[in-house]
Amino acid sequence: MIDLIGYGAFFLINALIFALITLGLNLQWGLTGLFNVGVAGFVAIGAYVSALLTTPDDPARFGGFDLPILIGWAVAMAASSLAAAVTGFATLRLRSDYLAITTFGVAVVVQLVALNAQSLTGGAFGIGFIPRPFAGLAENPLAFNLSNLAVVAAVTLVAWLALEHLSRSPWGRVLKALREDERAAVSLGKSARFYRIQAFAVGGALMGLAGAVQAHFIGFIAPDNYAPMLTFQIWVMLIVGGSGSNLGAVVGAVLVWAIWAGSGAATAAFFPPEQQARAASLQIVAIGVMLCLILLFRPSGLFGDRPFRRRLGLKARKPLETP
Amino acid sequence: MNLQFVVDGLLTGSMIGLGAIGVTLTYSILRFANFAHGDFMAWGTYATLAVVGAIGAMVGKVAPIGALSFGWPLIVALIVGCVLTGLMALALDAVLFSRLRSRGQSIIVVMASFGASMALRSLLEFIFTSRPAYFSRAIQIAMPVGFGIRVTPDQIALLVLTAVLVAATHLMMTRTRTGRSMQAVSQNPALARVVGIDVARVVRATWLLGGALACVAGVMVGILVQIRPLMGFDMLLPMFAAAILGGIGSVPGAVLGGLIIGLAEAAAVQFVGAEWRAAVSFVILMAVLLVRPIGLFGVKER
Repeated sequence: MIDLIGYGAFFLINALIFALITLGLNLQWGLTGLFNVGVAGFVAIGAYVSALLTTPDDPARFGGFDLPILIGWAVAMAASSLAAAVTGFATLRLRSDYLAITTFGVAVVVQLVALNAQSLTGGAFGIGFIPRPFAGLAENPLAFNLSNLAVVAAVTLVAWLALEHLSRSPWGRVLKALREDERAAVSLGKSARFYRIQAFAVGGALMGLAGAVQAHFIGFIAPDNYAPMLTFQIWVMLIVGGSGSNLGAVVGAVLVWAIWAGSGAATAAFFPPEQQARAASLQIVAIGVMLCLILLFRPSGLFGDRPFRRRLGLKARKPLETP
Repeated sequence: MNLQFVVDGLLTGSMIGLGAIGVTLTYSILRFANFAHGDFMAWGTYATLAVVGAIGAMVGKVAPIGALSFGWPLIVALIVGCVLTGLMALALDAVLFSRLRSRGQSIIVVMASFGASMALRSLLEFIFTSRPAYFSRAIQIAMPVGFGIRVTPDQIALLVLTAVLVAATHLMMTRTRTGRSMQAVSQNPALARVVGIDVARVVRATWLLGGALACVAGVMVGILVQIRPLMGFDMLLPMFAAAILGGIGSVPGAVLGGLIIGLAEAAAVQFVGAEWRAAVSFVILMAVLLVRPIGLFGVKER
């Protein structure tokens, strides 16, 4: 029983970290219509920045500044949002696909840096000894997991409330106006590009925060954690939950993570060890097919509150229709 | 200075360029960035590998042609692979892309292609595992051709093949009825329809051509490097960068963009370090987007 609660808490911590990333993506895509295919890159920036600032001094690489965890989190948010703002600045005046391609490139480059800039990121071995909140309780896994769950839940709740508030604020209304009818919004004197860059940066900050929170909970990061697979998972979570809805983002994250962890455990139990890599790839196929099916048959997901908008991006043209 | 990197760059550039033709055509005619294009490449290569294996099982061992590392089975298999890849692209369009396209949501199509790319790649890993495969394990002797450059017979053959294919594609786009219809649809779909162009036919031609060229590019990678399920996905960023650098919709632009990126990658390997190779296309992409977003031969959108 105690084990079950402990595992439940562990599961929820992971799920809520994904929910935090999904909330960031929801602000970018659901509210503003910006297509980010480099989610993993922005999460990685947050994780690495926070790890560098808070780990004890390590002669083998740059830093280890031994700063408090909260400072790590704050700088992680700033770094990821800066990266997002620069990406947005370069591409948001162009067609919406260009942002997709560029963010994809950002994720590739971030992974490359994580893997190769050994003196900064520890290379393929990653960074260890990242301070964990409530590390003093580590002797007692249940208390440790529950107290961390409280922290992660509080962070997610604050992010949610802030996003709900933002989406109803004048700022959020401008974003929605831009999404629904860009020409009308621009004619009222709102700079489409400026608002989009802001939304993209705030979403990036949330992703960076999630990366930092995850790094501090696990205590260890490596480049493999931030493969394109992560981006893909987050997208499935948002689409399943229903883009545009913060509730959908959180429910989608928990639900998809439950399916993911459950099917992972099932493959571990039913397949012999030498077949498990293959079984895991089948798991990805299933999730990919699921994403396509939802896009085809229920594009608004579970809680999506709106039909997908017609016009996207500054210069989006109506795509080609085939009879 | 060792000029070997020029040959390496031209070869990498040919592979990127051939792939980028498909990307640029899909982008300009169907109006979406196809993230599954790299996986067409990988699937085409594995299909070719499977056909080579089947031919080998039927007729036994075949002697390679001249100094090349492969015999006629690979050439036959490549043609079959091209057709299969084109058909696969058509099938994916029929079950997924065309339905989303008809709803008029261009960015949803991009997302669907991202999902399809993950599924296709993992399916390859499931079927063939992630162990690398090879068309031939024979080692070729590189011949010196002056200036300190050495090339293998395979490399020469593939460079010639690329040149022929690019010329043929360019002629097709500019001289044949199908090619001109494709250009018309890419410039103005509504007007193209008004003058009686069969848009569905143009869409089919785009997928077949893009798929076939992706297969050739993949097989080139397979012959010169190795065959892995991730091979196409790793080429995706260079292909996008090449298509944008050359100017969306321009076939010569895509090839030139591919060659520039290939040469830049090879130069980076020589002067910076092989581990930073993948960052080259990103740097070029960002530079193009900031300085000249329509690319070298692009036209302003109307």
